[in-house]
Amino acid sequence: MTDNITVTVNGKQHTATADDRLTLADFLREKLRLTGTHLGCEHGVCGACTIIVDGSAVRSCLMLARQADGAELETVEGLAEGGKLNRLQQAFKDNYALQCGFCTPGFLMSVTAALREGPVRDEDEARDVLSGNICRCTGYQGLVDAVLETSKEMHS
Amino acid sequence: MTGTIGASVKRREDDRLLTGRGRYLDDLDLPDALAIAFLRSPHAHAKINSIDVDEALQAPGVVAVYRGSDLMAIHKPLAPKVQHPMLKELPRYPIPCEEVHYVGEPVAVVVAENRYLAEDALELIDVDYDVLPAISSTAAALAEGAPLAHSDADSNVAVTLTQRCGDAEAALNSAPNRLSGEFRVMRGGGHSMEARAVAARFEPATGQVTVWDTTQSPHYARQQLSMIYEMAEDDIRVIAPPDVGGGFGPKAQFYGEEVVVPWVAMLLGRTVKWVEDRQENFVSAMMERGQTHRIEVGFDDDGKLLAVRDHIEHDQGAYCAGLQVPSITTSTVPGPYKIPNIHTELYACYTNMVPTSSVRGAGRPQAVFAMERMMDRIAEHLDLDPAEVRRRNLIQADEFPYRVGITFRDGSPLTYDSGDFPALLEGTLDKLDYERCKRERDQARAEGRHVGIGIAVYVEGCGLGPYEGAKLRLDNRGKILVTLAAAGQGQGYETVYAQIAAEAIGVDMDLIEVVTGDTGRIPFGQGTFASRITATAGPAVYNAGHQLRERLKDTAAHLLGCAPGDIEFDGDRATFAGDAEKSVSLQEIARVANIGKHGITLPKGIKPAIEVSSYFAPERAAYASGAHAAVVEVDPDTGGVKVLKYVIGHDCGNVINPRLVDGQVIGGFAHGIGNALYEEPVYDAEGQPQAASYLDYTLVSAAEVPRVELFHLHTPSPLNPLGAKGAGEGGTIPAPAAIANAVEDALRSIRHRGGVEDGRPDHSGKQPPGGRARHRLEGDADGARSATIQRSPRIDYAPVTPHRVATAVREAGH
Repeated sequence: MTDNITVTVNGKQHTATADDRLTLADFLREKLRLTGTHLGCEHGVCGACTIIVDGSAVRSCLMLARQADGAELETVEGLAEGGKLNRLQQAFKDNYALQCGFCTPGFLMSVTAALREGPVRDEDEARDVLSGNICRCTGYQGLVDAVLETSKEMHS
Repeated sequence: MTGTIGASVKRREDDRLLTGRGRYLDDLDLPDALAIAFLRSPHAHAKINSIDVDEALQAPGVVAVYRGSDLMAIHKPLAPKVQHPMLKELPRYPIPCEEVHYVGEPVAVVVAENRYLAEDALELIDVDYDVLPAISSTAAALAEGAPLAHSDADSNVAVTLTQRCGDAEAALNSAPNRLSGEFRVMRGGGHSMEARAVAARFEPATGQVTVWDTTQSPHYARQQLSMIYEMAEDDIRVIAPPDVGGGFGPKAQFYGEEVVVPWVAMLLGRTVKWVEDRQENFVSAMMERGQTHRIEVGFDDDGKLLAVRDHIEHDQGAYCAGLQVPSITTSTVPGPYKIPNIHTELYACYTNMVPTSSVRGAGRPQAVFAMERMMDRIAEHLDLDPAEVRRRNLIQADEFPYRVGITFRDGSPLTYDSGDFPALLEGTLDKLDYERCKRERDQARAEGRHVGIGIAVYVEGCGLGPYEGAKLRLDNRGKILVTLAAAGQGQGYETVYAQIAAEAIGVDMDLIEVVTGDTGRIPFGQGTFASRITATAGPAVYNAGHQLRERLKDTAAHLLGCAPGDIEFDGDRATFAGDAEKSVSLQEIARVANIGKHGITLPKGIKPAIEVSSYFAPERAAYASGAHAAVVEVDPDTGGVKVLKYVIGHDCGNVINPRLVDGQVIGGFAHGIGNALYEEPVYDAEGQPQAASYLDYTLVSAAEVPRVELFHLHTPSPLNPLGAKGAGEGGTIPAPAAIANAVEDALRSIRHRGGVEDGRPDHSGKQPPGGRARHRLEGDADGARSATIQRSPRIDYAPVTPHRVATAVREAGH
């Protein structure tokens, strides 16, 4: 069955058709052409497709578009503020926390959700926050540093 | 401006990648592209009797379905990348018609309106197979009376590669000490977070096909397509998109899908796109690593190596996509050590598993694993410190160029260009605080904990030929466009090559743009593999930059009426000795020399067309090197290994951007930790993959990769003007060896006696000799009970999984 669904993405409302089986990730990428959200495994492990749905970090490959009807979505395209990198994005850049960049949107959204819940106090906590996403390029050291730096700025 | 080489400039790529504006293949806007999906063999080895596609053709949204037999025009074998005259080559077809040789091999292709409908149709294709016996290990391949991985072959051995120097047999026979070991390194994959993808569009008006491909080697792909399609190379444009989500080797290979997708675009006259999903990637992207080493070393009583002999089984997989990996393995065995007598014999075996080829490290981790494990066993045997044994055997800093005595894969004498291995080892030990770590280890042992230290030293041939090139052009806006054939996968090419060009030309980086990986923009190239680009494309850009500088100065000097030597660059202007009043902008230079005026003669002395090309062909490989040291704690009951400390000493010659090099090394290390402790694409005896998802194949996360302490030496390579070597793989290569050495060292503290654990620390510092024999424990008064002790547990495999640690403990009789 194909029906229209309406979602708010990064503050902007969109209405588009969605088959019953269309994943939320494919809906964002193909129907709304928001291609910043990437698919790395499509079985919920790598975390590249992580977005924020009604405040919670979600794997958009494991959710159907129809389940998001009426939801508030946040994706990597909505992070920059006034055309400038936000604090977390800038910390990623400053700490060389990305290389190929394919997994980066998922990391940004996971960490964004985590930092809203409270500060990340030390390296172990940072690694815990990051452990739901896979990066094959960086070895994570820059990501850990970026999370700690951002948390310190946000929560000091 | 100078000094951009060597500066940790921030990456130009980052802003678009951080804001979701990356341009990965599946992000490209290709309106109305049809989706392609491949039907893949569920059997490791089977004869295809028939394929019925009628029902699939009727399925909703399906545009076409093709079997191998429907695509006979492209039914041609894909050539191995690195050949050998003795290679028994078995044809690897884009889509085989008669027999499949691994689970995942394509057997049919569906083209449909979207990927969902294409996959629906795959399920409607009915293939009748006769399942045949499968080979799923080199041991099975080489067993007497083994079934054949390919029914029409006469053996499972693809090729035997032998390397000899001196007389290893005689030297082993006369050596005062002789030890042997058997080590197995299991398969592992590349696992770029973006899997493979190919899209293609045919332009009937021009007869040209444009191919977007996540390849590391667009020019190699074009060459292969040109041969197979029998089309002129200029009619095929292969573009690696500006953003490719990691490579790590598998994307440097050439696959059947890359042949099929553009061909289908031409057959249908439609844009088509295939995006590999992760499950396909598990069963169709090439892997590496699978090797068994039976290694024997002879040494004197001081621990000096006299001979090494290594019998190697290499898992080539279902087809030979190239012999680069086994060739690299055989030439990497001697490593950083002076060994007068060397004999390696490698048997590359066909098996019924995904073909193998290079994965980050490429044949080196296995060789280093075997050799470095033996260095520890020598130390144990002679009751010497493992660092001291290495120290006594290292090639010294004043011995370069050093001829190893065996040959490189091109047949030339294997020659290390430069390095300082003793300084690397000592620096690594200092950074580790080796003496303190040993005291802490012994203290931990006294407390009943199992802590161990492991060291591994390696060399890495990188910066390989044949050549790489760059084209530099002053464009009509007064910017300088650097065009590389090489395609990046996250290394930061847009940043690094702007740094090199800026330094060579003597202008600001802001004036320089870098584009990569498009055969339509530069005619010749090889590709990104073997940690080669900085040492090949780097010098090409550097040399071209100097040429462009001369062209700019020459043109400016004519316009300003001065000598070229008086020209200085200031921002986007060429000035007479820094005088802004007497200056001309780069755009004005472009207007005169490049744009010109139709029908009007150029001003006197002005040479037209400010564009230069440079191709750099290295004389031979440059050698990077490094030393790793690990401290681990092992739980012998669960087999769990925790890395307490890890130090890397790394020498990749002169560095262009230090932070990007650190990123390469630390990222490579994470891959190495995966190979050392976690990653294994297990196959069962029938050749069925047992770990084809990230639930079963454990890629490391931030929780598993420890922080690394890293330091660099910079011994410049004399083989290129930048003094550069490669940095992409050194973090990976020795990690399995260092970790396994540390784990085995940790387990030495659970030596047993008569089946009862002897928890007492051994303050004498004496280690019982290794090997399979039982040995007398010196200094123990209770001769009756301790006349024999059992050897401590042996770590003979990588990855060192909990199961393997627990098994090693059990097999040692504990």
